Amino acid sequence: MMELNMVCVACPMGCQLTAQIEGDELINVTGQNCGRGVAYARAEVANPARGFHSTLRVLGGDLPMVSVKTAQPVPKHSLMDCAAATRGITANAPIAVGDVLLRDIAGTGVDLVATTRVAAHG
Amino acid sequence: MNYDVIVIGGGPAGMAAALQAQENGATRVLILERDTFLGGILMQCIHTGFGLHYFKEELSGPEFAHRFIEKIEANPAIEVKLDTMVLDIQSGEPHSIIAVNKADGLMQLSAKSIVLAMGCRERPRGALNIAGARPAGVLSAGTAQKYVNMDGYLPGREVVILGSGDIGLIMARRMTFEGAKVKMVCELMPYSGGLTRNIVQCLNDFDIPLKLSTTVVDIHGGDRVTGVTIAQVDDNRRPIPGTEEHVPCDLLLLSVGLIPENELSRAAGLAIDPITGGALVNEACETEIPGIYACGNVLHVHDLVDYVALEAEVAGAAAAQFAMRNSQCATGDYVATRGENGVRYVVPQRVNKQADAPITLYFRVGQVYANASVQVRAGDKILAKERRARITPGEMEHLMVKPEQLADCNELVVEVVA
Repeated sequence: MMELNMVCVACPMGCQLTAQIEGDELINVTGQNCGRGVAYARAEVANPARGFHSTLRVLGGDLPMVSVKTAQPVPKHSLMDCAAATRGITANAPIAVGDVLLRDIAGTGVDLVATTRVAAHG
Repeated sequence: MNYDVIVIGGGPAGMAAALQAQENGATRVLILERDTFLGGILMQCIHTGFGLHYFKEELSGPEFAHRFIEKIEANPAIEVKLDTMVLDIQSGEPHSIIAVNKADGLMQLSAKSIVLAMGCRERPRGALNIAGARPAGVLSAGTAQKYVNMDGYLPGREVVILGSGDIGLIMARRMTFEGAKVKMVCELMPYSGGLTRNIVQCLNDFDIPLKLSTTVVDIHGGDRVTGVTIAQVDDNRRPIPGTEEHVPCDLLLLSVGLIPENELSRAAGLAIDPITGGALVNEACETEIPGIYACGNVLHVHDLVDYVALEAEVAGAAAAQFAMRNSQCATGDYVATRGENGVRYVVPQRVNKQADAPITLYFRVGQVYANASVQVRAGDKILAKERRARITPGEMEHLMVKPEQLADCNELVVEVVA
Protein backbone atom coordinates (compact mmCIF):
# COMPACT_ATOMS: atom_id res chain seq x y z
CA MET A 1 0.00 0.00 0.00
CA MET A 2 1.15 3.53 -0.79
CA GLU A 3 0.17 6.93 0.57
CA LEU A 4 -0.30 9.82 -1.82
CA ASN A 5 -0.84 13.48 -0.86
CA MET A 6 -2.95 15.55 -3.23
CA VAL A 7 -4.98 18.74 -3.31
CA CYS A 8 -8.60 18.32 -4.35
CA VAL A 9 -9.44 20.70 -7.21
CA ALA A 10 -13.18 19.99 -7.21
CA CYS A 11 -13.89 23.35 -5.61
CA PRO A 12 -11.96 26.42 -4.41
CA MET A 13 -11.62 25.04 -0.86
CA GLY A 14 -8.63 22.99 -2.05
CA CYS A 15 -8.77 20.25 0.61
CA GLN A 16 -5.44 18.53 1.29
CA LEU A 17 -6.16 14.84 0.77
CA THR A 18 -4.16 11.81 1.81
CA ALA A 19 -5.04 8.82 -0.36
CA GLN A 20 -4.04 5.26 0.45
CA ILE A 21 -3.69 3.34 -2.78
CA GLU A 22 -3.04 -0.23 -3.84
CA GLY A 23 -2.01 -0.26 -7.52
CA ASP A 24 -4.69 1.77 -9.30
CA GLU A 25 -7.24 1.29 -6.55
CA LEU A 26 -8.15 3.75 -3.85
CA ILE A 27 -8.32 2.05 -0.43
CA ASN A 28 -9.01 5.07 1.76
CA VAL A 29 -8.89 8.85 1.65
CA THR A 30 -8.75 11.42 4.46
CA GLY A 31 -8.79 15.23 4.61
CA GLN A 32 -11.84 15.89 2.42
CA ASN A 33 -14.70 18.10 3.60
CA CYS A 34 -17.28 16.56 1.28
CA GLY A 35 -18.01 13.58 -0.95
CA ARG A 36 -16.49 15.26 -3.97
CA GLY A 37 -13.07 14.77 -2.38
CA VAL A 38 -13.51 10.99 -2.42
CA ALA A 39 -14.61 11.02 -6.05
CA TYR A 40 -11.69 13.29 -6.91
CA ALA A 41 -9.15 11.03 -5.20
CA ARG A 42 -10.60 7.94 -6.92
CA ALA A 43 -10.40 9.61 -10.35
CA GLU A 44 -6.95 11.03 -9.63
CA VAL A 45 -5.61 7.55 -8.91
CA ALA A 46 -7.33 5.73 -11.78
CA ASN A 47 -7.86 8.29 -14.56
CA PRO A 48 -7.32 11.97 -13.70
CA ALA A 49 -9.82 14.26 -15.42
CA ARG A 50 -10.06 18.03 -15.85
CA GLY A 51 -12.47 20.49 -17.40
CA PHE A 52 -11.16 22.15 -20.56
CA HIS A 53 -12.04 25.75 -21.45
CA SER A 54 -11.05 27.94 -24.35
CA THR A 55 -12.44 30.34 -26.95
CA LEU A 56 -13.48 30.03 -30.59
CA ARG A 57 -13.48 32.76 -33.20
CA VAL A 58 -17.01 33.93 -34.10
CA LEU A 59 -18.25 34.74 -37.60
CA GLY A 60 -21.01 37.35 -37.94
CA GLY A 61 -21.40 38.05 -34.24
CA ASP A 62 -21.49 41.11 -31.99
CA LEU A 63 -18.44 39.70 -30.16
CA PRO A 64 -15.24 38.47 -31.87
CA MET A 65 -14.81 35.42 -29.62
CA VAL A 66 -17.10 32.95 -27.85
CA SER A 67 -16.00 31.18 -24.68
CA VAL A 68 -16.42 27.39 -24.57
CA LYS A 69 -16.00 24.52 -22.14
CA THR A 70 -16.19 20.76 -22.31
CA ALA A 71 -19.62 19.55 -21.19
CA GLN A 72 -17.86 17.09 -18.87
CA PRO A 73 -14.27 16.75 -17.65
CA VAL A 74 -11.89 15.12 -20.13
CA PRO A 75 -8.87 12.89 -19.35
CA LYS A 76 -6.04 15.09 -18.09
CA HIS A 77 -3.64 13.69 -20.69
CA SER A 78 -5.93 14.86 -23.51
CA LEU A 79 -6.04 18.54 -22.47
CA MET A 80 -3.39 19.65 -24.98
CA ASP A 81 -5.11 17.60 -27.74
CA CYS A 82 -8.34 19.47 -26.91
CA ALA A 83 -6.44 22.76 -27.11
CA ALA A 84 -5.07 21.82 -30.55
CA ALA A 85 -8.54 20.77 -31.72
CA THR A 86 -10.02 24.21 -30.98
CA ARG A 87 -7.41 26.13 -33.01
CA GLY A 88 -8.65 27.39 -36.37
CA ILE A 89 -12.25 26.43 -35.57
CA THR A 90 -14.92 29.09 -36.04
CA ALA A 91 -18.51 29.34 -34.82
CA ASN A 92 -21.39 31.13 -36.53
CA ALA A 93 -23.52 33.65 -34.62
CA PRO A 94 -26.09 33.68 -33.13
CA ILE A 95 -24.89 31.44 -30.31
CA ALA A 96 -26.76 30.63 -27.09
CA VAL A 97 -25.21 29.48 -23.82
CA GLY A 98 -25.09 25.68 -23.94
CA ASP A 99 -24.99 25.35 -27.77
CA VAL A 100 -22.75 22.46 -28.85
CA LEU A 101 -20.03 24.00 -31.03
CA LEU A 102 -17.79 20.94 -31.51
CA ARG A 103 -18.80 17.31 -31.03
CA ASP A 104 -16.51 14.66 -29.55
CA ILE A 105 -13.50 16.93 -29.03
CA ALA A 106 -10.15 15.20 -29.67
CA GLY A 107 -11.80 11.76 -29.57
CA THR A 108 -12.74 12.12 -25.90
CA GLY A 109 -16.46 11.55 -26.56
CA VAL A 110 -17.15 14.89 -24.85
CA ASP A 111 -18.79 17.89 -26.56
CA LEU A 112 -17.55 21.47 -26.48
CA VAL A 113 -20.35 23.88 -25.50
CA ALA A 114 -20.68 27.67 -25.60
CA THR A 115 -20.58 29.56 -22.29
CA THR A 116 -21.28 33.04 -23.71
CA ARG A 117 -24.25 34.35 -25.62
CA VAL A 118 -23.33 35.97 -28.94
CA ALA A 119 -25.94 37.84 -30.97
CA ALA A 120 -25.80 37.99 -34.76
CA HIS A 121 -24.15 41.20 -35.90
CA GLY A 122 -26.90 43.72 -36.63
CA MET B 1 -34.06 61.71 -13.54
CA ASN B 2 -34.95 60.28 -10.14
CA TYR B 3 -34.27 56.76 -8.94
CA ASP B 4 -34.75 54.82 -5.73
CA VAL B 5 -31.42 53.00 -6.05
CA ILE B 6 -28.57 53.67 -8.47
CA VAL B 7 -25.93 50.94 -8.72
CA ILE B 8 -22.53 51.96 -10.08
CA GLY B 9 -20.98 49.00 -11.91
CA GLY B 10 -22.67 46.16 -13.82
CA GLY B 11 -20.44 43.28 -12.75
CA PRO B 12 -21.53 40.48 -10.44
CA ALA B 13 -21.74 42.79 -7.39
CA GLY B 14 -23.76 45.44 -9.19
CA MET B 15 -26.16 42.97 -10.79
CA ALA B 16 -26.75 41.04 -7.55
CA ALA B 17 -27.30 44.30 -5.65
CA ALA B 18 -29.75 45.66 -8.25
CA LEU B 19 -31.84 42.49 -8.28
CA GLN B 20 -31.97 42.37 -4.51
CA ALA B 21 -32.85 46.08 -4.34
CA GLN B 22 -35.83 45.49 -6.61
CA GLU B 23 -36.91 42.44 -4.59
CA ASN B 24 -36.82 44.55 -1.45
CA GLY B 25 -39.23 47.15 -2.76
CA ALA B 26 -37.25 49.59 -4.88
CA THR B 27 -39.34 50.32 -7.96
CA ARG B 28 -36.85 52.46 -9.90
CA VAL B 29 -33.41 50.88 -10.03
CA LEU B 30 -30.64 51.95 -12.42
CA ILE B 31 -27.35 50.22 -13.20
CA LEU B 32 -24.59 52.39 -14.68
CA GLU B 33 -21.92 50.34 -16.50
CA ARG B 34 -18.96 51.76 -18.40
CA ASP B 35 -18.39 48.73 -20.65
CA THR B 36 -20.59 47.78 -23.62
CA PHE B 37 -22.05 44.74 -21.82
CA LEU B 38 -23.08 43.63 -18.34
CA GLY B 39 -21.02 41.02 -16.50
CA GLY B 40 -17.82 42.88 -15.73
CA ILE B 41 -14.56 40.97 -15.51
CA LEU B 42 -16.46 37.66 -15.25
CA MET B 43 -16.91 37.81 -19.03
CA GLN B 44 -13.18 37.29 -19.59
CA CYS B 45 -12.87 34.61 -16.87
CA ILE B 46 -13.74 31.73 -19.19
CA HIS B 47 -12.44 29.02 -16.84
CA THR B 48 -14.81 27.19 -14.52
CA GLY B 49 -14.87 27.26 -10.73
CA PHE B 50 -17.53 29.92 -10.23
CA GLY B 51 -20.87 29.35 -8.54
CA LEU B 52 -20.11 26.31 -6.36
CA HIS B 53 -21.45 28.06 -3.27
CA TYR B 54 -24.05 30.33 -4.86
CA PHE B 55 -25.58 28.05 -7.52
CA LYS B 56 -24.28 24.73 -6.11
CA GLU B 57 -22.76 23.93 -9.49
CA GLU B 58 -19.52 24.71 -11.25
CA LEU B 59 -19.86 27.41 -13.91
CA SER B 60 -17.56 29.48 -16.07
CA GLY B 61 -17.43 33.23 -15.47
CA PRO B 62 -19.64 34.12 -18.46
CA GLU B 63 -22.21 31.49 -17.43
CA PHE B 64 -22.31 32.85 -13.87
CA ALA B 65 -22.81 36.37 -15.24
CA HIS B 66 -25.39 35.19 -17.79
CA ARG B 67 -27.72 33.94 -15.06
CA PHE B 68 -27.81 37.42 -13.54
CA ILE B 69 -27.98 39.18 -16.93
CA GLU B 70 -31.08 37.19 -17.92
CA LYS B 71 -32.83 38.13 -14.66
CA ILE B 72 -31.95 41.80 -15.12
CA GLU B 73 -33.17 41.85 -18.71
CA ALA B 74 -36.45 40.28 -17.62
CA ASN B 75 -36.97 42.81 -14.83
CA PRO B 76 -38.80 45.98 -15.95
CA ALA B 77 -37.99 47.80 -12.69
CA ILE B 78 -34.24 47.65 -13.43
CA GLU B 79 -32.91 50.02 -16.08
CA VAL B 80 -29.39 49.59 -17.45
CA LYS B 81 -27.22 52.26 -19.06
CA LEU B 82 -24.18 50.74 -20.79
CA ASP B 83 -21.19 52.66 -22.16
CA THR B 84 -21.78 55.10 -19.34
CA MET B 85 -19.06 56.64 -17.21
CA VAL B 86 -19.84 58.02 -13.78
CA LEU B 87 -17.84 61.18 -13.16
CA ASP B 88 -18.89 62.30 -9.70
CA ILE B 89 -21.04 61.50 -6.69
CA GLN B 90 -22.42 64.28 -4.51
CA SER B 91 -23.93 63.08 -1.27
CA GLY B 92 -27.13 64.68 -0.03
CA GLU B 93 -30.83 64.02 0.23
CA PRO B 94 -31.26 62.68 -2.35
CA HIS B 95 -27.75 61.81 -3.54
CA SER B 96 -26.67 63.07 -6.91
CA ILE B 97 -24.62 61.34 -9.63
CA ILE B 98 -23.01 62.97 -12.65
CA ALA B 99 -22.56 60.53 -15.54
CA VAL B 100 -21.92 60.73 -19.27
CA ASN B 101 -22.52 58.58 -22.34
CA LYS B 102 -22.82 59.10 -26.09
CA ALA B 103 -26.62 58.81 -26.28
CA ASP B 104 -27.68 60.89 -23.28
CA GLY B 105 -24.71 63.25 -23.04
CA LEU B 106 -23.98 64.62 -19.60
CA MET B 107 -26.58 63.54 -17.05
CA GLN B 108 -27.39 64.53 -13.51
CA LEU B 109 -29.20 61.64 -11.81
CA SER B 110 -30.68 61.63 -8.35
CA ALA B 111 -30.91 58.57 -6.12
CA LYS B 112 -32.31 57.98 -2.64
CA SER B 113 -29.54 55.43 -2.18
CA ILE B 114 -26.42 54.43 -4.10
CA VAL B 115 -24.61 51.10 -4.27
CA LEU B 116 -20.91 51.35 -5.11
CA ALA B 117 -19.95 48.22 -7.09
CA MET B 118 -17.04 49.42 -9.25
CA GLY B 119 -14.80 46.42 -8.61
CA CYS B 120 -11.03 46.61 -8.62
CA ARG B 121 -8.07 47.13 -10.92
CA GLU B 122 -4.76 45.32 -11.22
CA ARG B 123 -1.64 46.75 -9.65
CA PRO B 124 0.47 48.00 -12.58
CA ARG B 125 4.20 47.82 -13.32
CA GLY B 126 4.63 51.39 -12.11
CA ALA B 127 3.69 50.29 -8.59
CA LEU B 128 6.51 47.73 -8.45
CA ASN B 129 9.67 49.76 -9.14
CA ILE B 130 11.18 47.17 -11.46
CA ALA B 131 14.33 48.54 -13.07
CA GLY B 132 15.11 48.23 -16.74
CA ALA B 133 13.75 49.15 -20.14
CA ARG B 134 10.19 50.12 -20.98
CA PRO B 135 9.50 47.81 -23.92
CA ALA B 136 6.19 46.47 -25.22
CA GLY B 137 5.28 43.05 -23.84
CA VAL B 138 4.92 43.88 -20.16
CA LEU B 139 1.24 43.47 -19.29
CA SER B 140 -0.93 42.85 -16.30
CA ALA B 141 -2.30 39.29 -16.35
CA GLY B 142 -5.88 40.53 -16.65
CA THR B 143 -5.01 42.64 -19.68
CA ALA B 144 -3.52 39.56 -21.34
CA GLN B 145 -6.67 37.66 -20.35
CA LYS B 146 -8.79 40.25 -22.16
CA TYR B 147 -6.57 40.14 -25.27
CA VAL B 148 -6.72 36.34 -25.45
CA ASN B 149 -10.29 35.60 -24.33
CA MET B 150 -12.27 38.61 -25.52
CA ASP B 151 -10.32 39.99 -28.47
CA GLY B 152 -8.65 36.83 -29.79
CA TYR B 153 -5.03 37.97 -29.77
CA LEU B 154 -2.06 36.08 -28.34
CA PRO B 155 0.20 38.74 -26.76
CA GLY B 156 3.35 36.58 -26.59
CA ARG B 157 4.86 33.12 -27.07
CA GLU B 158 7.53 32.82 -24.38
CA VAL B 159 6.11 33.95 -21.09
CA VAL B 160 7.39 34.77 -17.61
CA ILE B 161 4.75 35.53 -14.98
CA LEU B 162 5.57 37.63 -11.93
CA GLY B 163 3.18 37.09 -9.04
CA SER B 164 1.22 33.96 -8.22
CA GLY B 165 -2.18 35.55 -7.74
CA ASP B 166 -5.09 33.61 -9.20
CA ILE B 167 -5.22 35.59 -12.45
CA GLY B 168 -1.53 34.87 -13.08
CA LEU B 169 -2.01 31.16 -12.42
CA ILE B 170 -5.10 31.00 -14.64
CA MET B 171 -3.24 32.81 -17.42
CA ALA B 172 -0.30 30.37 -17.15
CA ARG B 173 -2.67 27.57 -18.15
CA ARG B 174 -4.56 29.68 -20.69
CA MET B 175 -1.40 30.79 -22.52
CA THR B 176 -0.23 27.13 -22.51
CA PHE B 177 -3.50 26.04 -24.16
CA GLU B 178 -3.01 28.72 -26.80
CA GLY B 179 0.42 27.35 -27.69
CA ALA B 180 2.67 29.69 -25.72
CA LYS B 181 5.50 28.40 -23.53
CA VAL B 182 5.13 29.58 -19.94
CA LYS B 183 8.63 29.32 -18.51
CA MET B 184 7.95 30.05 -14.87
CA VAL B 185 5.84 31.86 -12.31
CA CYS B 186 7.95 33.94 -9.87
CA GLU B 187 6.54 34.85 -6.47
CA LEU B 188 8.19 37.40 -4.18
CA MET B 189 6.66 35.87 -1.05
CA PRO B 190 7.59 32.43 0.35
CA TYR B 191 4.00 31.28 -0.38
CA SER B 192 1.59 31.68 -3.28
CA GLY B 193 -1.07 34.35 -3.21
CA GLY B 194 -3.45 32.17 -5.23
CA LEU B 195 -5.81 29.33 -4.43
CA THR B 196 -4.08 25.99 -3.90
CA ARG B 197 -6.34 24.35 -6.49
CA ASN B 198 -5.01 26.78 -9.09
CA ILE B 199 -1.40 25.85 -8.29
CA VAL B 200 -2.38 22.22 -8.92
CA GLN B 201 -4.51 22.54 -12.03
CA CYS B 202 -2.80 25.51 -13.70
CA LEU B 203 0.90 24.92 -12.90
CA ASN B 204 1.53 21.37 -11.68
CA ASP B 205 -0.65 19.80 -14.41
CA PHE B 206 1.57 21.45 -17.05
CA ASP B 207 4.93 21.20 -15.23
CA ILE B 208 5.22 25.00 -14.99
CA PRO B 209 7.70 25.81 -12.20
CA LEU B 210 6.61 28.08 -9.32
CA LYS B 211 9.66 29.90 -7.98
CA LEU B 212 8.89 31.19 -4.48
CA SER B 213 10.92 34.00 -2.83
CA THR B 214 11.94 35.08 -6.34
CA THR B 215 11.34 38.34 -8.17
CA VAL B 216 12.11 40.13 -11.42
CA VAL B 217 14.92 42.66 -10.92
CA ASP B 218 15.47 43.80 -14.51
CA ILE B 219 13.56 43.94 -17.77
CA HIS B 220 15.50 43.82 -21.06
CA GLY B 221 14.58 44.84 -24.59
CA GLY B 222 14.16 47.77 -26.94
CA ASP B 223 10.82 47.96 -28.74
CA ARG B 224 9.86 44.52 -27.39
CA VAL B 225 10.82 42.73 -24.20
CA THR B 226 13.58 40.18 -24.92
CA GLY B 227 14.07 38.81 -21.43
CA VAL B 228 14.08 39.45 -17.71
CA THR B 229 16.58 39.01 -14.90
CA ILE B 230 15.18 37.14 -11.92
CA ALA B 231 16.77 36.86 -8.47
CA GLN B 232 16.01 35.15 -5.21
CA VAL B 233 15.05 37.39 -2.27
CA ASP B 234 15.93 37.23 1.42
CA ASP B 235 13.55 37.30 4.39
CA ASN B 236 13.19 41.05 3.95
CA ARG B 237 12.26 40.55 0.28
CA ARG B 238 15.53 42.11 -0.89
CA PRO B 239 17.23 40.49 -3.92
CA ILE B 240 20.22 38.30 -2.92
CA PRO B 241 23.32 39.31 -4.93
CA GLY B 242 24.75 36.43 -6.94
CA THR B 243 21.41 34.67 -7.46
CA GLU B 244 20.53 36.60 -10.65
CA GLU B 245 19.50 34.55 -13.67
CA HIS B 246 18.64 35.75 -17.18
CA VAL B 247 15.43 34.34 -18.64
CA PRO B 248 14.68 35.06 -22.32
CA CYS B 249 11.00 35.84 -22.98
CA ASP B 250 8.78 38.02 -25.20
CA LEU B 251 6.06 38.59 -22.61
CA LEU B 252 6.15 39.43 -18.91
CA LEU B 253 2.79 39.14 -17.15
CA LEU B 254 2.21 40.83 -13.80
CA SER B 255 -0.21 39.28 -11.32
CA VAL B 256 0.79 41.27 -8.29
CA GLY B 257 -2.39 42.25 -6.56
CA LEU B 258 -5.67 44.05 -7.01
CA ILE B 259 -6.66 47.49 -5.82
CA PRO B 260 -10.30 48.45 -5.17
CA GLU B 261 -11.26 51.24 -7.57
CA ASN B 262 -12.44 53.92 -5.17
CA GLU B 263 -11.91 57.22 -6.99
CA LEU B 264 -15.67 57.89 -6.91
CA SER B 265 -15.93 56.87 -3.25
CA ARG B 266 -13.20 59.38 -2.38
CA ALA B 267 -14.93 62.04 -4.45
CA ALA B 268 -18.08 61.39 -2.43
CA GLY B 269 -16.07 62.09 0.72
CA LEU B 270 -15.70 58.54 2.03
CA ALA B 271 -12.69 57.56 4.12
CA ILE B 272 -10.79 54.54 2.75
CA ASP B 273 -9.48 51.71 4.97
CA PRO B 274 -5.70 51.67 4.36
CA ILE B 275 -5.58 47.86 4.49
CA THR B 276 -8.64 46.81 2.47
CA GLY B 277 -8.44 49.79 0.12
CA GLY B 278 -12.23 50.04 0.41
CA ALA B 279 -14.76 52.13 2.30
CA LEU B 280 -15.58 51.59 5.98
CA VAL B 281 -18.93 49.81 6.27
CA ASN B 282 -21.38 48.29 8.72
CA GLU B 283 -22.93 44.81 8.54
CA ALA B 284 -25.40 46.04 5.89
CA CYS B 285 -22.51 47.33 3.70
CA GLU B 286 -23.55 50.91 4.49
CA THR B 287 -20.65 53.37 4.35
CA GLU B 288 -20.17 56.33 6.67
CA ILE B 289 -22.55 58.35 4.47
CA PRO B 290 -26.17 57.24 5.10
CA GLY B 291 -27.70 55.78 1.96
CA ILE B 292 -24.39 54.99 0.23
CA TYR B 293 -23.46 51.30 0.22
CA ALA B 294 -20.38 49.44 -1.06
CA CYS B 295 -20.02 45.77 -1.98
CA GLY B 296 -17.86 43.32 -3.89
CA ASN B 297 -14.27 44.00 -4.91
CA VAL B 298 -14.60 47.76 -4.50
CA LEU B 299 -15.10 47.13 -0.78
CA HIS B 300 -12.38 44.50 -0.35
CA VAL B 301 -10.85 42.07 -2.83
CA HIS B 302 -12.59 38.69 -2.78
CA ASP B 303 -11.27 35.34 -4.07
CA LEU B 304 -14.68 33.98 -5.01
CA VAL B 305 -17.47 35.67 -6.93
CA ASP B 306 -19.97 33.63 -4.89
CA TYR B 307 -19.17 35.73 -1.83
CA VAL B 308 -19.22 38.91 -3.91
CA ALA B 309 -22.81 38.13 -4.94
CA LEU B 310 -23.87 37.27 -1.39
CA GLU B 311 -22.32 40.45 0.00
CA ALA B 312 -23.90 42.51 -2.80
CA GLU B 313 -27.34 41.11 -1.99
CA VAL B 314 -26.96 42.39 1.56
CA ALA B 315 -26.03 45.82 0.19
CA GLY B 316 -28.83 45.84 -2.39
CA ALA B 317 -31.49 44.89 0.13
CA ALA B 318 -30.30 47.51 2.61
CA ALA B 319 -30.13 50.18 -0.11
CA ALA B 320 -33.75 49.46 -1.07
CA GLN B 321 -34.90 49.56 2.55
CA PHE B 322 -33.13 52.89 3.02
CA ALA B 323 -34.67 54.26 -0.18
CA MET B 324 -38.15 53.16 0.86
CA ARG B 325 -37.55 54.56 4.38
CA ASN B 326 -38.10 51.23 6.08
CA SER B 327 -34.70 51.24 7.74
CA GLN B 328 -33.51 52.98 10.88
CA CYS B 329 -30.71 54.69 8.94
CA ALA B 330 -27.19 54.58 10.31
CA THR B 331 -27.96 55.70 13.84
CA GLY B 332 -27.50 52.31 15.52
CA ASP B 333 -25.62 51.22 18.60
CA TYR B 334 -22.35 50.14 17.00
CA VAL B 335 -19.51 47.82 17.98
CA ALA B 336 -16.17 48.21 16.16
CA THR B 337 -14.41 45.15 14.73
CA ARG B 338 -10.65 44.67 14.62
CA GLY B 339 -8.15 42.04 13.52
CA GLU B 340 -5.45 40.86 15.92
CA ASN B 341 -2.90 38.02 16.22
CA GLY B 342 -2.41 37.44 12.52
CA VAL B 343 -5.69 38.83 11.18
CA ARG B 344 -4.92 41.74 8.83
CA TYR B 345 -8.39 43.16 8.42
CA VAL B 346 -12.04 42.58 9.19
CA VAL B 347 -15.03 43.68 7.05
CA PRO B 348 -17.47 45.08 8.18
CA GLN B 349 -15.50 47.52 10.34
CA ARG B 350 -18.51 48.12 12.61
CA VAL B 351 -21.64 46.12 13.39
CA ASN B 352 -25.01 47.22 14.70
CA LYS B 353 -26.15 45.57 17.94
CA GLN B 354 -29.72 45.87 16.66
CA ALA B 355 -29.03 44.08 13.35
CA ASP B 356 -31.93 41.77 12.49
CA ALA B 357 -29.94 38.90 10.93
CA PRO B 358 -26.75 36.94 11.68
CA ILE B 359 -23.64 38.95 10.77
CA THR B 360 -20.85 37.56 8.57
CA LEU B 361 -17.37 38.86 9.40
CA TYR B 362 -14.97 38.52 6.44
CA PHE B 363 -11.23 38.63 7.11
CA ARG B 364 -7.77 37.71 5.86
CA VAL B 365 -4.62 36.57 7.64
CA GLY B 366 -1.09 37.88 7.00
CA GLN B 367 0.77 34.56 6.79
CA VAL B 368 0.21 30.81 6.37
CA TYR B 369 -1.08 28.81 9.36
CA ALA B 370 -1.53 25.04 9.65
CA ASN B 371 -3.94 23.44 12.15
CA ALA B 372 -5.06 26.65 13.81
CA SER B 373 -8.38 28.12 14.84
CA VAL B 374 -10.00 31.42 14.02
CA GLN B 375 -12.24 33.09 16.56
CA VAL B 376 -14.32 36.15 17.30
CA ARG B 377 -13.73 37.48 20.81
CA ALA B 378 -15.37 40.25 22.83
CA GLY B 379 -13.22 40.93 25.89
CA ASP B 380 -12.57 37.39 27.16
CA LYS B 381 -15.81 35.98 25.78
CA ILE B 382 -15.49 33.79 22.65
CA LEU B 383 -18.48 34.41 20.34
CA ALA B 384 -17.47 32.11 17.50
CA LYS B 385 -14.58 29.72 16.93
CA GLU B 386 -13.76 27.35 14.09
CA ARG B 387 -10.83 25.06 13.41
CA ARG B 388 -8.99 25.22 10.07
CA ALA B 389 -6.49 22.72 8.65
CA ARG B 390 -4.86 25.55 6.74
CA ILE B 391 -5.26 29.33 6.63
CA THR B 392 -3.48 31.34 3.95
CA PRO B 393 -3.41 35.04 3.01
CA GLY B 394 -4.74 34.10 -0.44
CA GLU B 395 -7.98 32.63 0.90
CA MET B 396 -10.56 34.89 2.54
CA GLU B 397 -12.07 33.52 5.74
CA HIS B 398 -15.39 34.26 7.41
CA LEU B 399 -17.10 33.68 10.75
CA MET B 400 -20.68 34.43 11.81
CA VAL B 401 -21.96 36.10 14.96
CA LYS B 402 -25.53 36.72 16.06
CA PRO B 403 -26.70 40.23 17.03
CA GLU B 404 -27.95 38.97 20.41
CA GLN B 405 -24.34 38.00 21.28
CA LEU B 406 -23.31 41.64 21.01
CA ALA B 407 -25.38 43.11 23.88
CA ASP B 408 -22.51 43.97 26.29
CA CYS B 409 -19.65 44.10 23.78
CA ASN B 410 -17.37 47.09 23.36
CA GLU B 411 -15.26 45.66 20.55
CA LEU B 412 -15.13 42.52 18.42
CA VAL B 413 -11.67 41.05 17.89
CA VAL B 414 -11.08 38.47 15.16
CA GLU B 415 -7.88 36.48 15.66
CA VAL B 416 -5.92 33.32 14.95
CA VAL B 417 -5.28 31.00 17.88
CA ALA B 418 -3.06 27.90 17.90
